[in-house]
Amino acid sequence: MKLRLRIWRQSDAESKGKMVSYVIDGVSEDASFLEMLDVLNEELIADGEDPVAFDHDCREGICGACSLVIDGQPHGPQAATTTCQLHMRQYSDGDTIDIEPWRAGAFPVVKDLVVDRSAFDRIIQAGGYISAPTGTAPDAHAVPVPKADADAAFSAAACIGCGACVAACPNGSGMLFMAAKVAHLGLMPQGQPERHTRVLGMVAAHDEAGFGGCTNTGECSAACPKEIGLDVIGRLNKDFRKAAARAA
Amino acid sequence: MAVSGVLMVLFIIAHMAGNLHIFEGREEMNDYAHGLRTFGEPILPHESLLWVLRLGLIASIGAHLWSGIVLSRRAHLARPVKYAHRHKARGESRGAYGVMRWGGITIAAFVVWHLLDLTFRTVNPVKDVPDAYGAVVATFAPERWPVTVFYLLALVALGFHLRHGIWSAVQTIAGPGPVWRRRWQAVALTVAAVVVAGFAIVPLAVSFGLVS
Repeated sequence: MKLRLRIWRQSDAESKGKMVSYVIDGVSEDASFLEMLDVLNEELIADGEDPVAFDHDCREGICGACSLVIDGQPHGPQAATTTCQLHMRQYSDGDTIDIEPWRAGAFPVVKDLVVDRSAFDRIIQAGGYISAPTGTAPDAHAVPVPKADADAAFSAAACIGCGACVAACPNGSGMLFMAAKVAHLGLMPQGQPERHTRVLGMVAAHDEAGFGGCTNTGECSAACPKEIGLDVIGRLNKDFRKAAARAA
Repeated sequence: MAVSGVLMVLFIIAHMAGNLHIFEGREEMNDYAHGLRTFGEPILPHESLLWVLRLGLIASIGAHLWSGIVLSRRAHLARPVKYAHRHKARGESRGAYGVMRWGGITIAAFVVWHLLDLTFRTVNPVKDVPDAYGAVVATFAPERWPVTVFYLLALVALGFHLRHGIWSAVQTIAGPGPVWRRRWQAVALTVAAVVVAGFAIVPLAVSFGLVS
């Protein structure tokens, strides 16, 4: 199929970018979205042009590296799917596709479609961990966990930290990401000692990074490739209130 | 946002229910209005209930406005470069973003008019404060139809505001699980519909001559 792509090109963090049009022909419907971009880049290189920079790593939907806003939707039109798992059979001959980077002040553009997501790392450093004595791995059944809690924690732990929630949020908030980590660790016995300092530290780091505030529009959850629900946000709100009351 | 919003929602429900006294007749409506002023007398001072409500509402409006401005400002700073391709919202409270901000401004503008009209009577033909019934009938008279239209428009804004606001406040304060979140969204929609219907019925009844 033949497609017209309009891609955000920005040579570095300082320069001003713009949307640039490209026409690509002979795209296989079996190609993944990123393979389609690989083909475009091969053509650009052959023509002596600068290839389009984009983030990618595992290409199997579990690493969270790929980060394209396709036609205004983070990770494109298919629900519960990362960009790398999106395939060209979703498109038809003659389509125009707009490709932009995640748009957030806390995620500055490095080049073209690549953004710096280290703000998420700073949020994790501020509390997204547990402290446990090292040594041989304990027996799996040494600490009993109710099945419902284990399931809820596992659903929250499915977060791959891609940042689609921020990209989709009209407020540019990182609430869903942060709340997924708070729920994942806060539901487990191992996460209890730091439960209160975690939520306070993560929220402070989130606000410090320049993310917006949550107004519960639900766009984050709709865009999340791992379908993390808004209930984790409610849980973060509750934990935050308890922690703030205790700290006061 | 949540706590001040909940306080205002409780006031709005009481206000809406109180308005329905108009269907009982002039005397009953004016008795109700008078009762609000003399509530608790002689043990409590004159208008003590009204002053509690007034101060509570002023504090709530202040807190709500301040939170709204902070959130809007943070949102503006959090996305310095906008998307070239805007996709329509698809979240659970899709559309809430514009509805809350522009709707909120519409409601605030309406409240100013509403106070000048039915509280201070500055723009109302009936200056006699105890005649609440007369003031309502006069302001929604058929020839003053723009007043009724503005009232209904503000109500639509209020309805959408409540539909998102109520469950969003519950999400902030109580943090319900997935099942209860859906239930609260249904509650929010129901309360919004009841409030809009309960308020709208008064000006419509006056405009169409059912109350005169």
